[in-house]
Amino acid sequence: MDFDLSEEQRLLRESLARLLADRYGFEQRKAYAREPDGWSRAMWAAYAELGLLGLPFAEDEGGFGGGAVETLLVAEALGEALALEPWLATVVLGGGALRHGASRQRRAALVPAIAQGSLLLALAHTEAQSRWDLHDVAATAKRDGEGWVLEGRKLVVLHGDVADKLVVTARTAGDRRDRAGIGVFLVDAAASGLTRRGHRTNDGRRAAEVTLAGVRVAAEDVLGDPADGLPMLERVVHEAIAALAAEAVGVMAAAQKLTLDYLKVRKQFGVPIGSFQVLQHKAADVMMAIEQSRSMAMYAAMSLEEPDPAERARAMSAVKAQIGRAARFVAEETVQMHGGIGITMEYAVAHCMARLGVIEAMFGDAEFHLRRLADAGGLIAA
Amino acid sequence: MDLRFTAEERAFRAEVRDFIDRTLPDETRARMASGRTPTKAQWGWWHSKLFERGWSVPDWAKEHGGPGWTPVQRYIFREELQQAPAPQPQQFGTMMVGPVIIAFGSEAQKRRFLPGIRSGREWWCQGFSEPGAGSDLASLQTSARRVDDHYIVNGQKTWTTLAHWADWMFALVRTDPNAKKKQEGIGFLLIDMKSPGITVRPIVTIDGEHEINEVFFDDVKVPADNMVGDATRGWDCAKFLLSNERTGQARVGMSKERIRRLKRIAAATPAGGRPLIEDARFRERLAAVEVELKALEITTMRVVAAEQRALGERKPDPASSLLKVKGSEILQSISALMVEAAGPYGIAAPMEEATAGANEPEIVPDWAAMAQPIWMNWRKLSIYGGTNEIQRNIMAKAFLGL
Repeated sequence: MDFDLSEEQRLLRESLARLLADRYGFEQRKAYAREPDGWSRAMWAAYAELGLLGLPFAEDEGGFGGGAVETLLVAEALGEALALEPWLATVVLGGGALRHGASRQRRAALVPAIAQGSLLLALAHTEAQSRWDLHDVAATAKRDGEGWVLEGRKLVVLHGDVADKLVVTARTAGDRRDRAGIGVFLVDAAASGLTRRGHRTNDGRRAAEVTLAGVRVAAEDVLGDPADGLPMLERVVHEAIAALAAEAVGVMAAAQKLTLDYLKVRKQFGVPIGSFQVLQHKAADVMMAIEQSRSMAMYAAMSLEEPDPAERARAMSAVKAQIGRAARFVAEETVQMHGGIGITMEYAVAHCMARLGVIEAMFGDAEFHLRRLADAGGLIAA
Repeated sequence: MDLRFTAEERAFRAEVRDFIDRTLPDETRARMASGRTPTKAQWGWWHSKLFERGWSVPDWAKEHGGPGWTPVQRYIFREELQQAPAPQPQQFGTMMVGPVIIAFGSEAQKRRFLPGIRSGREWWCQGFSEPGAGSDLASLQTSARRVDDHYIVNGQKTWTTLAHWADWMFALVRTDPNAKKKQEGIGFLLIDMKSPGITVRPIVTIDGEHEINEVFFDDVKVPADNMVGDATRGWDCAKFLLSNERTGQARVGMSKERIRRLKRIAAATPAGGRPLIEDARFRERLAAVEVELKALEITTMRVVAAEQRALGERKPDPASSLLKVKGSEILQSISALMVEAAGPYGIAAPMEEATAGANEPEIVPDWAAMAQPIWMNWRKLSIYGGTNEIQRNIMAKAFLGL
């Protein structure tokens, strides 16, 4: 048992921290948010240079061979900076589907482009009726010679407005809520019959509605088993939950730092407000929530190695439930401790809250995962 | 980064579990599982078995008769005891006064007291709190006036756990009433509980049990040799003692044991025509506790790993506040869920010890009758050892710089 980082991991963390300290101050972030895509292409190139975009891919395919701990470190740092770039969408979600579902040749063709920053991906899965149920898929994929034809409508596709390729789930067989019969397809965003409507998200990022009307997909763009793609999708989502947990820890730490600074400088009744015990106790509660979350993010990273999918699902539900509760608590309390300034766009803590709110809404909120965990018998066997 | 225990550590866990399974009497295990404090005889016998095995003072270095375990081994040992459940080694001697004597005591004190602590032959209690000195411990008033080679002790201690079993008390006493700061002028004194002038009066707690006491001192004569370290620097000993025990505060193994028990009970308890465990609201709240416990387990392991890295270095760690607050909150949540599981049968009080031992049939299951007493008794978890509010003060000051 150890919680130490390897030399390479420490270097990765330090170089990323330096980059973000130099180029991702809150004012710089505001400028990035005003760019056409809502994030910075220049930063994206800088991430590529650091190796973040090829991080989890195998070295012989053009990646850097990073594991769950590397992902944790990067996600946490990006969270702390409130970085806007589509790293989760491209590297963790889209990239995860490629890692687990694409053929070797397909990966060899695509991974270098991802690593260089020239290929953006997005996961198009959520539908109007599905909420967070990964198996609830109404979009259809019908055989068409060697390939497939896709029909359906996908919602809140993160960074789907700019993605070059979309990872799309569609039903190849069975009823809407069957576990079997879900296929995963790699679809070119420029494909005929695919339309998308970009929109803002509540954390200042971008997403899209994606409509598929007779979109043709070649056989080589089927990811995994078209008759049984759900286990692969679940694996990808587990990796995303682990990354989001780490990102949430970074965001919470940023909110905490802002709050502690504020408590020390803001004076009322002639004294710093941090001298008031009622606020000290809130700050202690926030600290405990963050440390518990940090532990859960580590647990998430290490649980990705769990070979049994059911065990892994249980662990990830526990992680997302804890992170969700902590994120909401920390967001609400850090804003409250700031008073009025905490709910203004011009101040960073408000953006922390916005991001934490969105993280809570992705891949299942705390209540959803508590229900799932409880239905699975909890973590501890009687 | 790796959460797994090494092969040696897993083998150690198996060795501890095997020893417990072979040695712990069923009656002791059953009494612990019921949520009761073991009897003095049960506890003393168990301590003596741990002593024979060389495990009665898990935190001590080899040179003082301890097993010289790593922090990870100590964590595993305590967790196995908690999960059995088996009594811990007598805590006031082994975890509190023993390490203080080792760190601050004279050679003569070490020779006199450490063997009795290891073997468990001598029981200890802690004389810290007073009626006027709770969270503000340093305002304590019990006085120790030096007369020749003795101290004359006068005053009152309270909330003294197991004083009625104890042979010795380690007490904080005011040696210099004129000291500039109230933390100065306090001594750490070892007092023979058989000394003339000591009166122990029971305090019965909300669950009807006698665990704590008031202790009165009326011109009690204590040899000056029983002062540990400098007679005006006892506060250092107290701080050392309070910060010493860190990862045990989380009681992760105890919570796991209670959750297992609660799950078995909820699976066997009908509620609305099906087992209680199938009630969505009940089991979701139980799952929420398990989630917090998992996070606390990893947090505890982070602290253990940090200790392992800084081996030999003993310094106070504010993380202990977090472990104490979270650990107590989780246990209290479990105790509340147990009350819910008991339902109307929880109205019944536990049967008297004498009756419970006889062959008289139960009226309601013992676990159900014990649920509310435990829920009430466990308020103590967030009160003793520095209330959870004091722990938050510590975190705000030591961690957050407020």
